[in-house]
Amino acid sequence: MTSEPAVPDLAMAVCLFAIDPHGLKGILVKSRAGLNRDHFIAFMQDILPSLTPVRRVPVSIAEERLLGGIDLAATLRSGRPLSARGLLAEADGGILILPTAERLSPTIAAHLAATLDDGIVRLERDGISEQRVSRFGIVVLDEGIDDESAPGALVERIAIHIDASAFTQPGDEEGFNCGAIAAARKRMPFVVIDETSIATLCSVARQFGVGSLRAPLLAIRAARAAAAFAGRAKVEEPDLMLAARLILAPRATVLPASEQQQQAETQPEPPAQEPSDSSESQQNDDDNNSPALVDPTLEEIILEAAAAAIPESLLERLKLTGSASMPARSMGKAGAIKQSSKLGRPTGVRAGTLRDGVRLNIVETLRAAAPWQTLRRRDTLSRSSRVEVRAEDFRVTRYKQKTETITIFAVDASGSSAFNRLAEVKGAIELLLGECYVRRDQVALIAFRGRSAELLLPPTRSLVRAKRCLAQLPGGGGTPLAIAIDSASALADGIRRKGQTPIIIIMTDGQANIASDGTQGRERAVQDAIAAGKRMRLAGFTALVIDTSPRARPAAARLAGEMGAEYAALPYADSKALSKLAASPRLR
Amino acid sequence: MLLTRMLRRQRIAPVFDEPRTVESLDRNFESPKKATFPFSAIVGQDEMKLALVIAAIDPSLGGVLVFGDRGTGKSTAIRALAALLPKMHVIADCRYGCDPCSTSARCDECRAREQTGLLKTKLAPVPVVDLPLGVTEDRVVGALDLEMALTRGVKAFQPGLLARANRGFLYIDEVNLLEDHIVDLLLDVAASGENLVEREGLSVRHPARFVLVGTGNPEEGELRPQLLDRFGFSVEVKTPDDLQTRIEVVRRRDSFEQDPAAFMAKWESQDESLRHQITAARGRVSSVLIPDSIREQAARLCMALGTDGLRGELTLIRAARALASFEESNVVETKHLHHVAPATLRHRLRRNVLDESSSSVRVERAITELFSA
Repeated sequence: MTSEPAVPDLAMAVCLFAIDPHGLKGILVKSRAGLNRDHFIAFMQDILPSLTPVRRVPVSIAEERLLGGIDLAATLRSGRPLSARGLLAEADGGILILPTAERLSPTIAAHLAATLDDGIVRLERDGISEQRVSRFGIVVLDEGIDDESAPGALVERIAIHIDASAFTQPGDEEGFNCGAIAAARKRMPFVVIDETSIATLCSVARQFGVGSLRAPLLAIRAARAAAAFAGRAKVEEPDLMLAARLILAPRATVLPASEQQQQAETQPEPPAQEPSDSSESQQNDDDNNSPALVDPTLEEIILEAAAAAIPESLLERLKLTGSASMPARSMGKAGAIKQSSKLGRPTGVRAGTLRDGVRLNIVETLRAAAPWQTLRRRDTLSRSSRVEVRAEDFRVTRYKQKTETITIFAVDASGSSAFNRLAEVKGAIELLLGECYVRRDQVALIAFRGRSAELLLPPTRSLVRAKRCLAQLPGGGGTPLAIAIDSASALADGIRRKGQTPIIIIMTDGQANIASDGTQGRERAVQDAIAAGKRMRLAGFTALVIDTSPRARPAAARLAGEMGAEYAALPYADSKALSKLAASPRLR
Repeated sequence: MLLTRMLRRQRIAPVFDEPRTVESLDRNFESPKKATFPFSAIVGQDEMKLALVIAAIDPSLGGVLVFGDRGTGKSTAIRALAALLPKMHVIADCRYGCDPCSTSARCDECRAREQTGLLKTKLAPVPVVDLPLGVTEDRVVGALDLEMALTRGVKAFQPGLLARANRGFLYIDEVNLLEDHIVDLLLDVAASGENLVEREGLSVRHPARFVLVGTGNPEEGELRPQLLDRFGFSVEVKTPDDLQTRIEVVRRRDSFEQDPAAFMAKWESQDESLRHQITAARGRVSSVLIPDSIREQAARLCMALGTDGLRGELTLIRAARALASFEESNVVETKHLHHVAPATLRHRLRRNVLDESSSSVRVERAITELFSA
């Protein structure tokens, strides 16, 4: 099938985004920082109409700068409260660039998502209540590796997902310039799309296992923009193919069923009931009489084009999971790591002096100063309307420091463990999970068996996911203890770098038989495990080893000793003891 | 050259030098008009739509919590509800939208007005107030009016969002991301129906009865049990699985986006008739009979499920009554009870942290076990 080279697709992606930034919501650029990505962004800014506002959002942006708030300088100068626009409002009609999006906090992501949805910035802060129209598109630069990625709420809303590392600037003859973009913007509202095309995009989305209905809607907009750019009055096959490649393919969670299955699936579909509002939808001439019916050949073409555009890595992953069933849930970006950007939550305001490390609460300070203004102006015989703030007015916000704890469960799911008591281990974890829930901790789950340790569940607060994950825990194979300890350490290290506190709980019988390079051999495996344990001790992580062997054996106890970890044998660790143990390392 | 161009473009305009970034607060409350997707045009999602309608019929039921996947039209439904609701009578000039018919829930200002003479009333839309994430405490409960204080030296109260939401809906998107100290404020006010402000030398009390509507995605985190309990209904929404439904959703949304005015005009009559139904049901609801057998069934169901407290039972019965009223029935029947049971009870089950079956399944199971025989 006509699978066009990837490079013009990238240029087209930028072009569609430039035509309809707010409608398509944005571009997710998944690649490391580099020259190609810089070229890509420069190219985008080049083809945007001049005077388009472009704002960069630093990942650590404060809420007040993003949303707007009180303008201290102007307020003090003029003697009445004045507000300053935030970045969201400033970007109206233009684009926001969001680098290192994988580090974005869920709160900031939620603000961005809400503004993308409504086109309105809602500000209720610091005594200001405002709603401002702001329609923009976001360029999300995601440099995440492995399981890091930009927050799901944002990713889901953004139409185009691409990898810019292969970007090369198209030549001038390709017609990508701001004149063409401006012309396409004018044409776009008049581009029509027929029922068959809409139905086809929906059907293709479904066959890729894309749950959210935002995806086909965004694909429709993209197809319109593509048609407008090509100067067509109506969306046609190439536009649909482009939209499917750019918007549907990267969201795929399953590979489409094979052709026979597909036929079988399309055939028994009931002819669409004449929809009530078909009168207003424009019919096209070469359309046959049942407009909502999926055209199988068209669908096939689009499907194939989109499947060809699925990136290699995604393809591998999909093949591994290999199911052709349609998941009922949206993909939800399983890798999205929830992180807290808070340094404690504000618990109130008190009068205070400006020392290092305290935060002046501007609005409360002004409120404290306000009642005295008339008197103070009289005292100082000042005629200006400036606000007189004195030291006694200073109000500082108190924060309650509460760093988040993330408990990492590394579970031995090897053959020896599985035969003995994997079920019991699961029960024990469930108990501990309950504890973590009460404390509002996050949990992560690593299972090790065979030759590898797998991160089954990235840190999450969602018990629903933890439950689901635990229920599906498979068992059998060797015991790669060293690998498990290393990967738990690596995860814990990442957590600590984010300012959260990791606790590692290793549940094993200590019968290591796979060395860290994946080779078999009990002796080396045990040595490697102990070496890994020592490394962990040096890194200074709090750890707990739970011996799951039927009778407590010295192997696990020795390992705990080398790790500097607490040790408990499961036979004696009843529910109460376990809870106590899970809580105790926190105290240290 | 490339680099300089990028730098030039990405420079953020200095905030204080540009007059346009600083604006006066006079523009307060100026809300941009925006087309809303009609309520009747929402395809499927019947449980969510019904819960919202019932909450509109009997606001004392507590709020509606909508949990579900992304892109299922949760926010759309709530915004549509705002446009759907019939207008209500309020006391003119009252900042809290006091009800002229009720004397118990009045603010101090209206009580004072009452002393001096007749109260003027007017029709106003039912408020649906957004509680955005990142809201600060002073805007939720209200605070000293800075502008008045700074310019005129007058101590005045600037009402917050709770005041604006009185007798209406308070909508929190991504409710599970709301900060804890804001949740605490809400819990307190939602329980008492009154907002008490004691700060900055102000002492103000005003009615704040509102229907809490929260939406969220369970994958982003859990909700605190205390807050969960405040919601009368908890509904789960899913993306439709069936292709024809999906196509219909996408098609309607697309034609709405292409021409909002025409689309809204087309659905206006359906919205209008639903509006009449709600108004009629509201008038009827207090006279709908609740037979003892229904009360008994509700009690047995709640006992079988082991729900905490009596709130679940009360909500269940009252929701069934509101549904009966909506369906133009004079007496609550078993079918009404069964219809609303999952939505009113599923979030009240004692938390079995790791029970594999979902709460909805447990409620359904209990209903069949108890009443099928």
